[in-house]
Amino acid sequence: MTAAGYAPSRTLRLGVELRRQLRRRRTKMLLALTALLPLLLVVAFGFGETPDTAKRGGTFADLAMVSAPNFVVFGFYVAGAYLLPVVVAVFFGEAVASEASWSSLKYLLAIPVPRLRLLRQKAFVAGWLSLAGLLLFPLCAFLVGVIWYGAGDATSPTGDAVPFGKSVVALCVASGYIVVQLSWVAGLALLLSVVLDAPLGAVGGAVLAGVLSQILDAITALGGVREFLPTHYTFSWIDVFSTDVNWTNMASGALLSLGYCLVFCVFAARRFARKDITS
Amino acid sequence: MLASVGRVTLRRRLTRSRGRLVALAAVVVVLLGATAVWISREDPAPDFQVEDGFVEVSGATLDTSLYIPSQTPAPAVLLAHGFGGDKHSTEKDARELAAAGFVVQTYSARGFGRSTGKIGLNDPDLEVADARFLVSRLASRSDVVLDSPGDPRIAVSGASYGGGLSLLLAGTDSRIDALVPVITYNSLAEGLLPNGVFKGAWGGFLYSMGVDSVVSSSDGVAPASLATPVSGVCGRFTPEICRAWTEVATTGTMGPETTALLRRVSPLTVTDKIKAPTLLVQGEQDTLFGLDQSDANAAQIPGPVQQVWFAGGHDGAYPDDELRARIISWISFQLRGAGSNPFGAFEYDVQGNITPEGIPSARTVRADPAGATRRSVELLGDAQTIITPPGGLPAAISGMPALNSRLAQTPWLSSLFGMDLPGQQAAFTSAPLESQLLAAGAPRVRLRVSAVGPPGDGVLFLKVFDKDPNDNRTLPGNAVMPVRLPPLPADGSPVEVDVELSGIVRPFETGHTLQVVVGTTDQNFRTPTTPASYRVSLVGPVSVPVVPGAPTSSLLPVGQLLGILGVLVLALVLGFVRRRRSPDVDSSLSDTPLVISSLTKAYPGGVTAVDDLSFSVARGQILGLLGPNGAGKTTTLRMLMGLIKPTAGEIRVFGSLITPGAPVLSRVGSFVESAGFLPHLSGIENLRLYWAATGRPAADACFDEALEIAGLGSALSRRVRTYSQGMRQRLAIAQAMLGLPDLLVLDEPANGLDPPQIHAMRDVLRRYAAAGRTVVVSSHLLAEVEQTCSHVVVVHHGHVIASGTVSEIASAGGASSFTVDQPVLAASVLGPLVTAVEGSVVHADLGTSSIGTAVSALVAAGVSVERAGPRVRLEDAFLQLVGEGS
Repeated sequence: MTAAGYAPSRTLRLGVELRRQLRRRRTKMLLALTALLPLLLVVAFGFGETPDTAKRGGTFADLAMVSAPNFVVFGFYVAGAYLLPVVVAVFFGEAVASEASWSSLKYLLAIPVPRLRLLRQKAFVAGWLSLAGLLLFPLCAFLVGVIWYGAGDATSPTGDAVPFGKSVVALCVASGYIVVQLSWVAGLALLLSVVLDAPLGAVGGAVLAGVLSQILDAITALGGVREFLPTHYTFSWIDVFSTDVNWTNMASGALLSLGYCLVFCVFAARRFARKDITS
Repeated sequence: MLASVGRVTLRRRLTRSRGRLVALAAVVVVLLGATAVWISREDPAPDFQVEDGFVEVSGATLDTSLYIPSQTPAPAVLLAHGFGGDKHSTEKDARELAAAGFVVQTYSARGFGRSTGKIGLNDPDLEVADARFLVSRLASRSDVVLDSPGDPRIAVSGASYGGGLSLLLAGTDSRIDALVPVITYNSLAEGLLPNGVFKGAWGGFLYSMGVDSVVSSSDGVAPASLATPVSGVCGRFTPEICRAWTEVATTGTMGPETTALLRRVSPLTVTDKIKAPTLLVQGEQDTLFGLDQSDANAAQIPGPVQQVWFAGGHDGAYPDDELRARIISWISFQLRGAGSNPFGAFEYDVQGNITPEGIPSARTVRADPAGATRRSVELLGDAQTIITPPGGLPAAISGMPALNSRLAQTPWLSSLFGMDLPGQQAAFTSAPLESQLLAAGAPRVRLRVSAVGPPGDGVLFLKVFDKDPNDNRTLPGNAVMPVRLPPLPADGSPVEVDVELSGIVRPFETGHTLQVVVGTTDQNFRTPTTPASYRVSLVGPVSVPVVPGAPTSSLLPVGQLLGILGVLVLALVLGFVRRRRSPDVDSSLSDTPLVISSLTKAYPGGVTAVDDLSFSVARGQILGLLGPNGAGKTTTLRMLMGLIKPTAGEIRVFGSLITPGAPVLSRVGSFVESAGFLPHLSGIENLRLYWAATGRPAADACFDEALEIAGLGSALSRRVRTYSQGMRQRLAIAQAMLGLPDLLVLDEPANGLDPPQIHAMRDVLRRYAAAGRTVVVSSHLLAEVEQTCSHVVVVHHGHVIASGTVSEIASAGGASSFTVDQPVLAASVLGPLVTAVEGSVVHADLGTSSIGTAVSALVAAGVSVERAGPRVRLEDAFLQLVGEGS
């Protein structure tokens, strides 16, 4: 009934999809950008003066050069609002739409790779690549920070000092939170990637939704509704750098993002399973 | 034809833009859906009415507002405002209470807002009598629940000045059923002159409010002091208060008369008579009325008392939404017996770090006041000599009244409050703490002081700092406690004095140190001006009150974590539970490569691309699907690949029904409409990765055969983005033939190929079919189909209009053509068989006779036959069939 050796569960294995994606220039460039941004920051900071480590006050920007953990925290602040969401949006937004734009989607589906399996494998690989980008950034920032600013304590603007060892753990938790928090971008980008055949539209749509959400979040008059904006808890990871960690915001942010992600993914799967592939 | 292409494009646009709309709608719904919920929640029609009016009391007219809920009779709440405010300051609370179903009486106290009269600082005969009068008025209303005639069911609440009034009223009026004094005082004298040292900054602040209200309510533009005679410095204060103020402000001390007056207007005179349930709400950021004032009230009130210390106060915020809502439910519990008591005996907020939003994080701890203990912390530090500078200048800065929590949001500003003035401070520091010390209350120390030289005014200021390992110091609550020393012996012998510092709630973290600082000046107080020098040391440890308690809300956000778990479980369930469709196989067709029956594809909007199409293909055939552009060929092939869903009818490949991703598609190789390759990979990589994606053994791919067909040579290792249209086309055909599928489907394969390649392609296809495989080729070119295919299906407007072998379609019967030198002669030889003569070509229908017989006859008649053969009429047939060109 089927061709010899064909089994749906063997089609488009993750390694194959990863090989298809890794050779892309945009994959390499995006990963390189996340890895090189910390160096760019160091160069930019090189023009400033050496900070006073005992200085209390100011913002995380003023404290970026105090120690490696502080540098990573500052990096998260700089990249958290735009760069990291864009990384996720690109990998997920292009997942299906770029195949559609190359016309290769129909040949994958005619192999046949079952539709939900194709979406899942694409999403997994996009997730891996996003994860690589999201973790490469703090990792490089951390290495760069250790080299340039030393393995010192993390100092918060309130003057609290978190010891280096503990701050590394906090950074890991923060990185993990950022990964989870951005899952809503992944879900939305995947949905748009399925609905739109243009990769640019999918990536742009997801990024735009993030910007819109941030704008709405800035309007304090909206009150409680802001707590339902997907970007509301973007920077809640900062809570792990307190001496007395309050997990409420991070848990709320993770729940909200995962909830959005699930809803978007369900819609994406539903749409993709029924869609007429015309590209 | 153009029209139908246009339709196809339009249809495609329609479906695409519909998809975009769906996506846009999804985003908009998600982002704005919550807004709608919020708006509908935020905009309830106020279910209460407000009656404004002036009430005459003895010596004043009070501006009042009465909030009447929709459901009456209801219990009442009397709301008193803070110093410097008026009835509008309590409007928000009043609305919240009225919305909760209480009759709420607010008013401007005498001397404030539009009320007339003089400010007596909650004088029992003035303000307290006014309030009592308002309670009686409420008792006369039919919409207020009465306990007995003249005794309404009523709670009284207020913040600061209003809180003082609520205590004084409850202590003098047994009709009060519950009271909630917020950030208020027990003793005005202790509040303004702790240990007899005048809190000048706050005193001046309050005085200005009493004067200010004159300026704002009169139409005078000039400051009161200029616009009015000397008595005008009293503003709206009664002469007694004014006199007392003048005395305190100018001398910094209280005479007996002032002491008596402040005592008279303080709750401490009546607190022992309060029997009603009392909820004392005190702020932890309060340098005016500290936690000690609340403690004193709690100790004196014989009725049931509950105490709440919240993260706010005169220096910080008013109780937030959550706390206010709990207060309202407390009042509801007390007046209606509704629900349960929302507070424990004692609760306090513990403030953590400043969050990125600039506000401190806080958690609430519920504790048993009976479990209060004290922890002793040894302090290191030898006796130190400190000086009171002449004139008390410069003076230490410990905070700014009313602004402290704002300043704390700018850490470097608040760090100023930890600055040491040279020679003025003695510091005693603990060792780094080995565990967190959560101080809740007033620390105590025993101070040993001796005068070095003349004893001076004998005033010292004590503070407790939280010092972190980086030596940054924080002054919890900006709290400073002045102490007036007993007379110091002139011979320099020491005096010991026990000092209770200001109440604080502060988590001293592990590794931090606790530092007690004894200073000689403080700007917020009337600092002694006589120069003096003291030798200061501490006797024994500092004793820090600790009230063990449990957080009211668990630090772990259980609800959210459960939610996350739920989402993940749901995701797993959705991911693994899948509908298993049993494959629909018609075994009688298992040897028929393709059967299409009644296939229809109609798009919304009325475009029908394929309409009731039926045909079948047998093994070994090369079937040509012939039709003009837009005839529905590509749509049919897409349905064959499971890419689009038929509206009606079905396609069976080797008996299996085609559905999206049907496994039988693995036996089909296809090239439809356009090549699809990853542009960043080379041709060979594309093919290899494509085959890898099928998951089938590499040996089955037959790369060599496929590559031979592609004929790309060295270009195979170039990136596909550099390929020409024809190269891509050939690569795509090669890809379709990977694994030598049993059914090969090629859509317009000749496009973009040059004649030799087309020729080679034909051979390939013929050989392919000869091996028992089947090929379906679509084309709009007759010659192509004619030369390549064994069978043909002619499609037009989505219908099959003819099908059969190529020769069946092309040459019906014995239609033949002869190219001759003498057409007229030839026509006469063939006689009635001739159907037409076109130039040198004679067409004839030979019927059952063979062409050879006809040629012999022609040659015998002397006609030279250049060419003879069956007349190729496919073109005619086709044009006739599609109804164009004839």
